[in-house]
Amino acid sequence: MSRIAQCFKQLHVEGRKALIPFLTAGDPNLETTLELMHALVANGADIIELGFPFTDPTSDGPVIQRAVERALANNTSLKNVLATVTRFRQENNDTPVVLMGYLNPVECMGYQEFVNACIEVGVDGVLIVDMPPEESHDLKSIVDQTALDMIFLVAPITSDERAKQICAQISGYVYYVSLKGVTGAGNLDIESVKSNLARFRSSTDLPIGVGFGISDPQTAAQIAAIADAVVVGSALINKIAELDANTPYDRNTLQVHIALIREMRESMDELLLSDELQEQ
Amino acid sequence: MSKVEQPQEDYNEPDEHGHFGQYGGIFVGETLMPALEELNQKYAALKSDPDFWAEFDYDLKHYVGRPSPLYYAERMSEILGGARVYLKREDLNHTGAHKVNNTIGQALLAKAMGKTRIIAETGAGQHGVASATVAARLGLECHVYMGTEDIRRQSANVYRMKMLGANVVGVDSGSCTLKDAMNEALRDWATNVDNTYYIIGTVAGPHPYPMLVRDFQSVIGREAREQCLEMTGRLPDTLVACVGGGSNAIGLFYPFIQDQSVAMVGVEAGGFGLDTGKHAAPLCTGQPGVLHGNRTYLMNDENGQILDTHSISAGLDYPGVGPEHSLLKDLKRATYTSVTDAEALEAFKFLTSKEGIIPALESSHALAWVMQEAPKLSEDHIIVVNLSGRGDKDMHTVAEIEGITV
Repeated sequence: MSRIAQCFKQLHVEGRKALIPFLTAGDPNLETTLELMHALVANGADIIELGFPFTDPTSDGPVIQRAVERALANNTSLKNVLATVTRFRQENNDTPVVLMGYLNPVECMGYQEFVNACIEVGVDGVLIVDMPPEESHDLKSIVDQTALDMIFLVAPITSDERAKQICAQISGYVYYVSLKGVTGAGNLDIESVKSNLARFRSSTDLPIGVGFGISDPQTAAQIAAIADAVVVGSALINKIAELDANTPYDRNTLQVHIALIREMRESMDELLLSDELQEQ
Repeated sequence: MSKVEQPQEDYNEPDEHGHFGQYGGIFVGETLMPALEELNQKYAALKSDPDFWAEFDYDLKHYVGRPSPLYYAERMSEILGGARVYLKREDLNHTGAHKVNNTIGQALLAKAMGKTRIIAETGAGQHGVASATVAARLGLECHVYMGTEDIRRQSANVYRMKMLGANVVGVDSGSCTLKDAMNEALRDWATNVDNTYYIIGTVAGPHPYPMLVRDFQSVIGREAREQCLEMTGRLPDTLVACVGGGSNAIGLFYPFIQDQSVAMVGVEAGGFGLDTGKHAAPLCTGQPGVLHGNRTYLMNDENGQILDTHSISAGLDYPGVGPEHSLLKDLKRATYTSVTDAEALEAFKFLTSKEGIIPALESSHALAWVMQEAPKLSEDHIIVVNLSGRGDKDMHTVAEIEGITV
């Protein structure tokens, strides 16, 4: 069983939902990214989505754009992001890592080399934002020969029929983009998420994670009540933006900067606890 | 001049998924996929509707002023002392460039789809002006994304767009040029996809844009073909056009693709020279990759990061190119080369002083190639150059280089 499947199975047993922080690797530098990954796990992250930077992130809002600019300013590349996962795995062999980014760096590396490297360093899943299932055949046929999970997006305007086709291509978890627009937007509508999730549940038995626009513990808890996983990106990156590229940080000194993740974790778990009490 | 190496009788690109050979396709986030599918279906339906094309033709004739003349540049030809040079006068179109052919067509699509809001990206401002123009005419809200560097060097066009009622949105990310304006327009579209039509200005972007922009711009080549036959009794030997995204070039080339005797030359922006790295010539120096929704030749570093480009002309200052050009390059059906800023500037001055026509700096790249090659050819050789736009917008840039304040 893949680390991702194992993770969701365990959470299900515990009656908890997955908290998935997204980090732009290399912001403010890869040393700090590595420490952040460990700190996030220690503060309640179940899976880590690690973004490899690309100069032209057309699905991202200004917060992640700036994070990418900071990462590129210190020469972060797909290759050294993969090397950072190797270092993470030296201490953590349980927490799934999903690489997320845009296609061109992967094209440039070559699909086979990319997949080989992912397996070798201990990446568990890949999500290429600008590669819909229609264009993914060549990459997916290579991924399918490995244990790597391949994740695709579904969105509010994805039709039922299309959702079925997309979900059939997914392994790991379904990533539901909860709003029209780019990352970090502030117009999340819980009721619309609820009705769309109900729609997509009929297309798949896989866990469904919700991302885009979740920025505070209350919203995280509300989403956790209806989804299997909560993805938080821009709100966390806003905190990381305060870090200085020239200051060394370790996982302990980073705690204060990722308090949001701890608060989200608590808020998500409390809600489930109160549900249980009500049921009793 | 390279000869055509492969038969092109069966040329029928793109396929139903928008692939031009290995290029093109649809590479966007899921939020835009249904919108592109809707656009694709709508265009497929209208493409076979004679009424749609009748309306398009009517607008091109009465609003744009087509057909644009094919002008025999006699003095230019004599001075160069070789091939006979004909200019396809897209600079005489309403709004001053070929861009309006496409915006007329896409505005009809937007209207047919019931969209109330238009967005566009622009480099030199010509596509922005052409979009603002059709939006004004149809009474649609219009937002034009433009890099802050381009706003600086094309301030006259910025003012034109504002006069036309458009909201010009400055983009100050990345290199602050056309590429970044396109990023921002794609973000806007993903956010406002319900009521918004995105008029892409070139033959790039996700399917069906490269196809439909080509179809609208092909009026250039259809007219040029007919006009050349009428004026000279035969087809031209060589077609020349500048290539940024490549819409004026594909517009001229496409109707000649099956005419194997006709050579096609696309001229990219060589900037300070290809060996300096400061240029915008992906077909000359790049390799296939994925940007802005399609697979095509790109300028990127060894890690797949898109490189900053440089060109004297804002309209060519782009690290990618339309996917059909990538295919035509691989098929060797078209040849792609480059000229430098300095060579383009020389051609700009040459045409202005010898023919009394002020060309856009973009089009001056095609003219510069002609200045180099025409003297080597005999007077039996007919060259058709796409004079894709007029140079009024570039007065500022040229004056600045000359050290003059306008």
